[in-house]
Amino acid sequence: MKQTTGKAWLSAIAATVSMICAASAQAADTIKVGVLHSLSGTMAISETTLKDTVLMLIDEQNKKGGVLGKQLEAVVVDPASNWPLFAEKAEQLLVKDKVAVTFGCWTSVSRKSVLPVFEKNNGLLFYPVQYEGEESSKNVFYTGAAPNQQAIPAVDYLMNDIGVKRWVLEGTDYVYPRTTNKILEAYLKSKGVKAEDISTNYTPFGYSDWQRRVADIKKFGSAGKKTAVVSTINGDANVPFYKELGNQKISAEDIPVVAFSVGEEELSGIDTKPLVGHLAAWNYFMSVDAPANKAFIKKWQTFTKNPKRVTNDPMEAHVIGFNMWVKAVEKAKTTDVNKVADAMIGIEVPNLTGGTAKMLPNHHLTKPVLIGEVRADGQFDTVWQTKGLVPGDAWSDFLPGSKDIEADWVTLKCGNYNTQTKKCSGQKYE
Amino acid sequence: MEYRSRVPLQAVLLVLLTVFGVNRACSAEAQPDLGTVVAGLATTNFKDKQAAVDRLVQLRSDSARAVLAAMLDGNLYFRREDNKVFIATAGDTTLALTDPVTAKAAGTGNPDDFSKITTNNSLRKILKSALAGFALSDPDARVRLAAVNEMLRSMDGDNAAILRERLKTETDGEVKKALEAGLALADLEDTDPEKRLAAIKQLESSLSPDVYNRLTTLTTRNDDGTYVEPDERVRVAAVKGVSYIDSWRRFYASIETLFFGLSLGSVLVLAAIGLAITFGVMGVINMAHGELMMLGAYTTYVIQQAMPAQIGLSVLIAIPLAFLVSGAVGVLIERGVVRFLYGRPLETLLATFGISLILQQIVRDVFTANNRPVETPAWMAGSWQINEALSITYNRLYVVLFMMLVFGILLVVLNKTSLGLKVRAVAQNRSMAKAMGVRTEWVDALTFGLGSGIAGVAGVALSQLTNVGPNLGQQYIIDSFMVVVFGGVANLWGTLIGGMSLGVVNQVLEPFAGAVLAKIFVLIALILFIQRRPRGLFPQKGRAAEG
Amino acid sequence: MNQSPVSSPLLKIMLADRGTQIFLVLLAVLTIAVPLLHTLPESSALGVSGYTMTLIGKYLTYALLAIAVDLVWGYCGILSLGHAAFFALGGYAMGMYLMRQIGTRGVYGDPILPDFMVFLNWKELPWFWSGFDMFWFAALMVIVVPGLLALIFGWLAFRSRVTGVYLSIITQALTYALMLAFFRNDMGFGGNNGLTDFKDILGVSINAPGTRVTLFIASCLALALGYLACRYITVSRAGRVVQAIRDAEMRTRFLGYRVETYKLWIFAFSAVLAGIAGALYVPQVGIINPSEFQPINSIEVVIWVAVGGRGTLYGAVAGALLVNYAKSYFTAALPEFWLYALGALFITVTLFLPRGVTGVGAKSASKAAPAKAVTA
Repeated sequence: MKQTTGKAWLSAIAATVSMICAASAQAADTIKVGVLHSLSGTMAISETTLKDTVLMLIDEQNKKGGVLGKQLEAVVVDPASNWPLFAEKAEQLLVKDKVAVTFGCWTSVSRKSVLPVFEKNNGLLFYPVQYEGEESSKNVFYTGAAPNQQAIPAVDYLMNDIGVKRWVLEGTDYVYPRTTNKILEAYLKSKGVKAEDISTNYTPFGYSDWQRRVADIKKFGSAGKKTAVVSTINGDANVPFYKELGNQKISAEDIPVVAFSVGEEELSGIDTKPLVGHLAAWNYFMSVDAPANKAFIKKWQTFTKNPKRVTNDPMEAHVIGFNMWVKAVEKAKTTDVNKVADAMIGIEVPNLTGGTAKMLPNHHLTKPVLIGEVRADGQFDTVWQTKGLVPGDAWSDFLPGSKDIEADWVTLKCGNYNTQTKKCSGQKYE
Repeated sequence: MEYRSRVPLQAVLLVLLTVFGVNRACSAEAQPDLGTVVAGLATTNFKDKQAAVDRLVQLRSDSARAVLAAMLDGNLYFRREDNKVFIATAGDTTLALTDPVTAKAAGTGNPDDFSKITTNNSLRKILKSALAGFALSDPDARVRLAAVNEMLRSMDGDNAAILRERLKTETDGEVKKALEAGLALADLEDTDPEKRLAAIKQLESSLSPDVYNRLTTLTTRNDDGTYVEPDERVRVAAVKGVSYIDSWRRFYASIETLFFGLSLGSVLVLAAIGLAITFGVMGVINMAHGELMMLGAYTTYVIQQAMPAQIGLSVLIAIPLAFLVSGAVGVLIERGVVRFLYGRPLETLLATFGISLILQQIVRDVFTANNRPVETPAWMAGSWQINEALSITYNRLYVVLFMMLVFGILLVVLNKTSLGLKVRAVAQNRSMAKAMGVRTEWVDALTFGLGSGIAGVAGVALSQLTNVGPNLGQQYIIDSFMVVVFGGVANLWGTLIGGMSLGVVNQVLEPFAGAVLAKIFVLIALILFIQRRPRGLFPQKGRAAEG
Repeated sequence: MNQSPVSSPLLKIMLADRGTQIFLVLLAVLTIAVPLLHTLPESSALGVSGYTMTLIGKYLTYALLAIAVDLVWGYCGILSLGHAAFFALGGYAMGMYLMRQIGTRGVYGDPILPDFMVFLNWKELPWFWSGFDMFWFAALMVIVVPGLLALIFGWLAFRSRVTGVYLSIITQALTYALMLAFFRNDMGFGGNNGLTDFKDILGVSINAPGTRVTLFIASCLALALGYLACRYITVSRAGRVVQAIRDAEMRTRFLGYRVETYKLWIFAFSAVLAGIAGALYVPQVGIINPSEFQPINSIEVVIWVAVGGRGTLYGAVAGALLVNYAKSYFTAALPEFWLYALGALFITVTLFLPRGVTGVGAKSASKAAPAKAVTA
């Protein structure tokens, strides 16, 4: 080994140097928009669509003349479903590319991973997916549903309209199902449901051997009271779950399953026969008969050159978030994060289901809640919807730890204000 | 039609009810005509729809039945401009309309002008039960049986009366039995203790959960400490019934667990057996094995797309084709990469890991990252109801059978054919085999192709159980390696027994420990087992063992 | 065996290797230059942003992990497909310390319990979290936990002579089981979300520029010391025995060496190195979660070593840097194609560069020298 010569080392040095000297080229005449969605790995299934949505929105905005007279430029990176990589890529977008705003993340862990990065570098993130709440950052706008905009109305529907008396809370073992089920348990108990009529169970990610669990649900549901399953089962585990339900002959008429993570996009990869009649709760369905929705679907299918391409709830969230950002930038006449974030509050844009989404001081939206039944073609029939819009609640009123906490970025200037101790924890508005 | 004769009675009742001022959901007319009732369906409010359906059910006419059936099938629409209801079948661009009152064709319409009258779960249940009421007098005994069972699902006073009526005229033995069982359950609520006692006696051998629930209720106390069931004889009989059902349920639950274990084991064996060949026989650690399974699953998807009308057949056709596709890719991998790496098993691991990344990305680019829908053929859906406490799902049953078939064929190929002989010869002593005139290169390629092909076949089976997506292979690769190592490399029987026992142990632990802990226990047990027996259950003997 | 462990002849041998010399010089340059350039304004051509520095720091912790794998695989023939588990355990030990430092600044303001425990309704801190509020204890655990696990696991495995592929597979089973366990929210390690939102380390803000520089330099030093320790081990007499085990285990045993003991200590030492790498990794990336235990991560580490060239230590470093830089580059520049590129890299290296990229130069130069037997 003594004679090792430098050829390989030259390349190693070159690599090191290029790493160090990775200079950030900046074009002054465009506004950069970061897109932080996994394009590979396990989450690519869901997130690729959202990347395309943002690209379409940017494209469309540019055709309208851009924002503040400048064209928008998308900076797409692939965090590859790897949570530390999310933080790295977020920092790259903020520090190297200096994006004005970022649309991204799907899972809660990816959001938690990038949150310190956005707060440290004072970035702006639009997070489009329904989540467990218990968070309100100055730097994040949550355009998906909080638990009170999805889970609680769905349970209300089952309890009041279907007469469900016995509940199975079935979820994948991570934060969103854990928190949602905690909230639901507290809520159900407050409505007089006894502990023995609630069965909670968690399974790991990608779980596929559902035979025993479904058999147990069947037994639990045969106790003579109307039973329903509230499913927070994540992504890949759903197909085997519904298949097993179908095979064990549990029909939606006997034990309906209401899911919070199964939308049109997921159904397009499933043989829908075993799912027909089961329920989902969202703030948007592709099947909603509204002019804005029809126009959007048309645009989307033209953009993706696929006349069968479906739309879903997180896409709507990005549409709302993007339009709000554009409006806020035009109102603030700058892309400066602090000014845009101030301008965001109170901004109203039409949603796709014929209503209006308003950004609240807690960085959450007002949304309608729709309950749909799965049709054989992978779409939903809306069977129920809230009378008006439901304002998103960052901190659940049904959890002991958070019922005293408020988020208000206008008057309190705090995302985590304890009304009992009158103290603001966590990140402050400086 | 016997319902004709019932209509006046109903009408009289209705009149009586209205006379006595009881406000029923139906209209105050003595005999509401079909037209007005049907018009009530043209609403988006489910409560109003349900009321209209209730009235429609009470009409008990054939036209009402047609409307109910159309509604259940999603063929009932109303015109938006005048709320007029039609039965319609959707063509490519138009709707073929039928007037529900006159049952005559009413031309065609533009789908944009019409709204479908949608149903929801509770409405469908009512519709099915109502339609079952019509089907009770069907000449086909099977239709009657289905109708009886459908009505038993939503048992109430009305249904009980109808069923009791039917029991008087029913001739078919099986239908009669179902009727009697269902009515006995209703009799448990009778005021006459003798009748209740008789009902318990009749239900003696039933294991159904309804009976169990009802009997359990009879043995409990009210809040004030009195028994729900005042008659002691009935109570004793109920307690006996409950313990009888309990003991059988326990027995069947253990059979169920065993089956769950075997079916999980079969999946493991199917996934691992191709690996047992490439890894065990050839000493190649094929990290792309999972992706070869994925290719098999995607082959199933493609075949189904090619023949959408023949889903049942498509799965059968997919089996040989998946074998060929994955086998061919396997031969390519062997010729292109693996053959340069023989004798360096750990380096095959690295190279094939690279291949697995590439295969995943190819699939992502061709089929997108989304999961693909693979339909389950009708003959694989549903379950085999052995009795009221035990049922076995068909797809799992088929997977177990399919695994045994694949295993059997593989055994024959390896032990009874000349190819198998050569494969074993090369595995045992490569240079000796070469000296004897075996074309070792050719045998290598075929062996690798065989193992890969089996992976493809396993993929077809997996497409019926889980998601078909780019990550399919990743989920199974580790489990597959565990099975092969546990069973002992180069031993097909070891793979079979290893996979099956891992599956059963997992399922036996699961009720106590939960899914994740069960799996962790199995893994730890496996690590400890390997320490005890470093070469697996069935170790390879002789010189080859020192590899 | 030399009487004094760092006697000058041994030191001479240690540093006589050209690769080692280049490596140490480059590392020294990096250690000094990057923090210096970091003080320049970012807009200047040579300015190094905090982002780039932290990124390099992260790669350096990977390099340390790669050295740990190279030590057991390249020198002792133990292909561990579970080294990421030791890395993650070290990371979790550090993460737990950082979690405890959050104190009342958490979302729910609980002085003792981390946020995830508050919303899962935990009432008190589980026993295995106690002590982690003290840095020295956490630092000790960074070494003890992976080391002890490796000792127990290795004692079981090597004693019953589990070798080759079997050993690889059960190391994989180990990391897989740990991954499943850490994914469980009931385990008390934060489940899928893991540990994140760190605030302070040793009383200073973790995001302060000074902290980042310090962490970077610490990573450089850890890598240098880890490298020298491994180099010392491999050129010492014990190291020769270890290499003999790699090349002919049976023969070494017949010669009277206690093969198991050598393997066990090498394995445990390597696990400790991996743990230290993990502990330095966590504060720089700001999160530790169970996906670090994924078996695929361990395989990737092996691939870094293979790409760089196994059995050379500096090759492992080169491989780790090269592959990770390529990964970062491709996921930004060609997100759709990075799996193709990465896959092709692995195939090319195993087929055409059996001694890795650092072996390319060496190969042409040392044709005359007898080739090292590098088989498992």
